[in-house]
Amino acid sequence: MDFRLSEEQQQFSESLQRWIERDYSFEARKKIIYSDTGISDQGFNALGELGAIALAIPEEAGGLGGSSEDLMIVMKELGRGLVVEPYFATILACEFLRRGGLNAVLQDVSTGTMKLACALNEKDAGHELFNISTSAKKEGDAYVINGTKCAVIHGAQANGWVVSTRTSGGTRDEDGITLFHVPASLEGSKVSDYRTFDGQRAANIEFQNLRVPASSMIGAEGQGWEILEAATDFGVALLCAEAVGAMEAANAQTLEYLKTRKQFGVPIGTFQVLQHRMADMFIHAEQAKSITVLAAVKVGSAPAEERRKLVSAAKVRVGKALQFVGQQAIQMHGGMGMTNEMPISHYFKRLTAIEMTLGNTDFHRSRFIRQPDFMAV
Amino acid sequence: MDLEYKEEDLKFRDEVRQFFKEHLPSELSEKVKRRRHIQREDAVRWHKILANKGWIAPGWPVKYGGTGWSSMQRHIWAEEYAKAYAPPTLSFGLNLLAPVLLGFASEEQKQHYLPRIYNAEDWWCQGYSEPGAGSDLASLNTRAVREGDHYIVNGQKTWTTLGQHADWIFCLVRTSTEGTKQTGISFLLIDMKTPGITVRPIITMDETHEVNEVFFDNVKVPVANLVGEENKGWTYAKYLLGHERTGIAAIGNSKRELKVLKRLALSKQVNGAPLLQEPQFAARVADIEIELMALEMTALSLVADGASSKIGPEASMLKVKGTEISQGISELLLEASGPSGLAFDPDYLHNRKSAPDSGEDALAALAPHYFNLRKITIFGGSNEVQRNVISKMILGL
Repeated sequence: MDFRLSEEQQQFSESLQRWIERDYSFEARKKIIYSDTGISDQGFNALGELGAIALAIPEEAGGLGGSSEDLMIVMKELGRGLVVEPYFATILACEFLRRGGLNAVLQDVSTGTMKLACALNEKDAGHELFNISTSAKKEGDAYVINGTKCAVIHGAQANGWVVSTRTSGGTRDEDGITLFHVPASLEGSKVSDYRTFDGQRAANIEFQNLRVPASSMIGAEGQGWEILEAATDFGVALLCAEAVGAMEAANAQTLEYLKTRKQFGVPIGTFQVLQHRMADMFIHAEQAKSITVLAAVKVGSAPAEERRKLVSAAKVRVGKALQFVGQQAIQMHGGMGMTNEMPISHYFKRLTAIEMTLGNTDFHRSRFIRQPDFMAV
Repeated sequence: MDLEYKEEDLKFRDEVRQFFKEHLPSELSEKVKRRRHIQREDAVRWHKILANKGWIAPGWPVKYGGTGWSSMQRHIWAEEYAKAYAPPTLSFGLNLLAPVLLGFASEEQKQHYLPRIYNAEDWWCQGYSEPGAGSDLASLNTRAVREGDHYIVNGQKTWTTLGQHADWIFCLVRTSTEGTKQTGISFLLIDMKTPGITVRPIITMDETHEVNEVFFDNVKVPVANLVGEENKGWTYAKYLLGHERTGIAAIGNSKRELKVLKRLALSKQVNGAPLLQEPQFAARVADIEIELMALEMTALSLVADGASSKIGPEASMLKVKGTEISQGISELLLEASGPSGLAFDPDYLHNRKSAPDSGEDALAALAPHYFNLRKITIFGGSNEVQRNVISKMILGL
């Protein structure tokens, strides 16, 4: 057993840190989140140049074929830097495409100009990604998609989407789900872009008789659930890594505040009630990090049952940690924590958004309990 | 990163498992499994089996009988130990006194005391806490005044675990009132048979005699029994804090207890289905299981290749989380037992009869276990003190 990063990984993570420090300051980010598109081509291109995108793409499609562990390192740094570029949306889509063997699209992504997003949520489905009403009907060598996806992170900024549809079965059946890669340029989609509270963007996408060629199918017709579940588990592990980075940054800033903010003539960090709170925040972040490493390193290789267990465990533990760390970071910053001008509130908002993405704590705790391993003694 | 156990570690695990299978007497493991009282002779018997194998003191230098195991091997050992329901050894001598002797005692003292600890010839207890010195240990007041070749010791120690069995006690005593309260403390070895020592039992709320008060009334202790230098005892006691502390998380133990809990909760019915499937109960079990999964990774990261050989303040985090998990499981065990868990039969638990009056063997010990385990967040530096350590040593507050 060895928990150390390789020298290459270490250097890579440092180069990401340097880029964020130099080009992605809190002030620079503020300009981006209040811009028209909510992202910056410069930022996304930089991630491409650093190789962060190529890591998510297999070598045979022109990428670097990085591991989930490599991507964990990237996400942790992006979490620390509160990066709002459509990186996660793109690499999550890449995971679908990789599993479906759509190498031509991956090839385009690897050039660094193409952004993708995943249209998986529906208004009445909550966190259940198998709960799908959007339909796809076969017509000749194409499929016709109808229905509406919501909360598509960076949907309006993407050049193409991974869309989950139903080709057969009832609304909540795991069978009958079919996945497509849908280029945004095709006729028949209406995109409404909106802000999310964490400074990112999401969109509702309405499909009206959108025709997509059968060759754009990811996996087999009606068999999409296996890929959908595996790819989103990969996504959950990476979101946990982002949360770990954000929590470490939030803790560091709170600690600094405790050492510098004075009340009653002394730094507030001299008060034991705040010291113990800070110690608990530290423990939460460490526990979250430990289980995230386990989930993120194993998400690609573990058998499905084990993978579900590890990933849901990680999302539960991270969910509890991020809530405690986020809320207490604000509390200990006092009134300053309430302001939009302090980075700490933005960490809190991003952490809260992660809790609500790809299954919240309660959702994943229920899923953890449903795994056969929970009842096996 | 590599999160898999190495081939050699798995081989070691098999060897350890095989050893427990062949050498752990089933009547001892049964007692542990039923949470019945482990008697002095039980502990000594098992201690000697391990000493005979050469595995009683994994943490010691090989020269004095240590095993030379890596931190990972010792982690595996602790896990298998718990899994096998092995009883405790005479750990005060092995794990709390020996490191101090190895670090600071004279060669003569080492040669005399260490083999006797190794072979369970001496039962040691610890004389640190006093009625007025709990978390604030350095304010201890038991006085040792030098008169010729002896110290005359007067005062009182308390919470002395298994002191009723002890041949010897290692004590922190005050030899000076000059300077800070930490500077006047010395580390003294005292024969429990010395005239002037009185041991009085303290009965804890589970009606068990585990801890004692020890009174010293003009007790004559040879100066030769001083460890290291006079007035340096605080340094020696503190040295223990960074020593041998991943075990403090009791991860193997909690993994075992979680299985016991699940088995019990599967055997109990609620709404016509196993309790373990009842959503509220299942959620509480799941939260503890997940916390334990995380803590196991935290601990493994501290013993894996490339980890620092000395664990510092991180041990405080292991203690806080490890004890919270142990208590959490004991709480759910008691809840799972239902109304039958109310029964209390100390005669059964103390081996004075073979079956409990309630007829519920499996539940008989769960309440006393729950009550007894409240101690673990209090002793060894209360969890509040551990948070002080984290805040000072890790966070710099």
